[in-house]
Amino acid sequence: MTAQPITTPMLSVENIGKSFRGLRAVNAVSFHVPRGDIVALIGPNGAGKTTTFNLIAGALPPNEGRILLDGGDITGLGQARICRAGIGRTFQIVKPFTGLTVEENVMVGALRHDGGQVEKARAGANEILRLLELGDKASHPAQSLTLPDRKRLEVARALATRPKLLLLDEVMAGLRPVECDRMVAILTTLNRETGLTIMLIEHVMRAVMALSDHVVVLHHGEKIAEGTPAEVTRHPKVLECYLSEEHE
Amino acid sequence: MTLSALASDRRAVLLLGLLAVLVAAPLLGSGDYVLSILITILLQAYLGMAWNIMMGFAGQFSLGHALYVGLGAYAGGALFVHFGTPPLIGAIAGMTVSAMAGAVIGALGFRFKVTGVYFALLTIAFAEFTRILFDHWGWVNASSGLFLPVSNRASSDVWLLRGSATMFYYVILGMAVLAFLFSRSLLRRRIGYYWQAIREDQDAADALGIDVFRLKMIAVIVSAAMTSLGGLFIAFYNDNLYPESIFSMHRSIELMLGTIIGGIGTLFGPILGAAVLTVLGEGLTIAGNAIGIDGIKQIAYGVCLLAILILKPGGLWPWLRHRLGLDGGGR
Repeated sequence: MTAQPITTPMLSVENIGKSFRGLRAVNAVSFHVPRGDIVALIGPNGAGKTTTFNLIAGALPPNEGRILLDGGDITGLGQARICRAGIGRTFQIVKPFTGLTVEENVMVGALRHDGGQVEKARAGANEILRLLELGDKASHPAQSLTLPDRKRLEVARALATRPKLLLLDEVMAGLRPVECDRMVAILTTLNRETGLTIMLIEHVMRAVMALSDHVVVLHHGEKIAEGTPAEVTRHPKVLECYLSEEHE
Repeated sequence: MTLSALASDRRAVLLLGLLAVLVAAPLLGSGDYVLSILITILLQAYLGMAWNIMMGFAGQFSLGHALYVGLGAYAGGALFVHFGTPPLIGAIAGMTVSAMAGAVIGALGFRFKVTGVYFALLTIAFAEFTRILFDHWGWVNASSGLFLPVSNRASSDVWLLRGSATMFYYVILGMAVLAFLFSRSLLRRRIGYYWQAIREDQDAADALGIDVFRLKMIAVIVSAAMTSLGGLFIAFYNDNLYPESIFSMHRSIELMLGTIIGGIGTLFGPILGAAVLTVLGEGLTIAGNAIGIDGIKQIAYGVCLLAILILKPGGLWPWLRHRLGLDGGGR
């Protein structure tokens, strides 16, 4: 364990809010992500999940509230500095460096470590690629990858920055059930073996149920429920919002 | 792996062969005309490689590189004319001034998120108003132009860069070789990977902890300083300097054309592009004179450029490299 007391959560989100030209995207949302846990963020489309991620990762500054990583305030620091503080993220709409190879994509993430030595970064990148079952495609141009592989590449690249907390934005979307199960297995292994804390946005309930220790539910920018996967799926407000969504 | 090692071996052999031919060229009794063509090619290749660092590696579009050419040329030229300062010292002055100009443009553009075409417009604006400034600056003889005293061309004084065409040839050959090795080394280091990441997707690069602003600043400063050295060479090779031509929009375009034709972001593209464009230009001039129709050269030149850009939009080098079986292991 680190010097931090065991009670300090890996991530604390306190009353954060974000408006876009008067439209309230996220409203007074608070939750904790305990160290070493896997937490899912779910909710219907437009619930503010990706905005919440963008606020945590620093892609957008929050209008109010505080965000603490491992006890340190990271509110409004900006993406690059928040990454260096220990948050790795993937993008819902994947952003591979298309002109580079798969290996080079991951190396870019790894180069911050080991004094920026290219060969060490290459070795590290290949290790991560094997873990994500992209090892045989290391020398392929990233442009040639299929969507499921691009999703895996996003995860590999974020992992290469050696984060304390990994934010995954819909990495299961578009995967076939078998591929989805593989991803679940990979993430479970990572979490168990390295103690990596993971927070994920996911629509694939099969993955959410299999992975999460804890689920936070957003609806219209507000937190309407949280608890274990079993608890939230029985929660009346959750049922209501998902059912009304079906009717719309 | 072995295949890419083989390709990189073949590549090294080809490059060394090319270098050997270039080193031997003046000794083989090639005439003044051939030598002047080779100097033009190497100069364009050098300037293209300098521009390529900013545009090809880091993805920042500068349409005003004539600014750095002019600053380098005038720093070296004016110091030499007024104080007899050796070009090596003038080069340091020119690189410093150009780096500072690049830093100002970069800081304005990158800090205020002026990107793409708008950033290119900003670079043109700086080149243009600097041209107007020099057009009215008495110390550099304003629009009348600055003339470097020509000394005996029979003896070569490398220290003062006064001498024969052969001497200038070896100077620019040395500069081009160094620029190539420098570019290659940059591309293989962390900074090269970071630049390419920024070029491909700035947001994703930012999310990977890369200090995007700082790296873009380094790219523009390095590119500007390198370009200014090319300007200094032009000043001493031509012995005259006019704001009208050295800072011209035409020069900015000419400077990047070779790299666009050869392959933006590649190492050998600027060299190949410079050779193709120069030889094409000269060939068409000769053909045009033979046919005797005015302006036929410009039309044919334009058509050839269009054809290359339409057929090989990624540039000639990526295509040729593939045809020669040199793919793999670098770019």
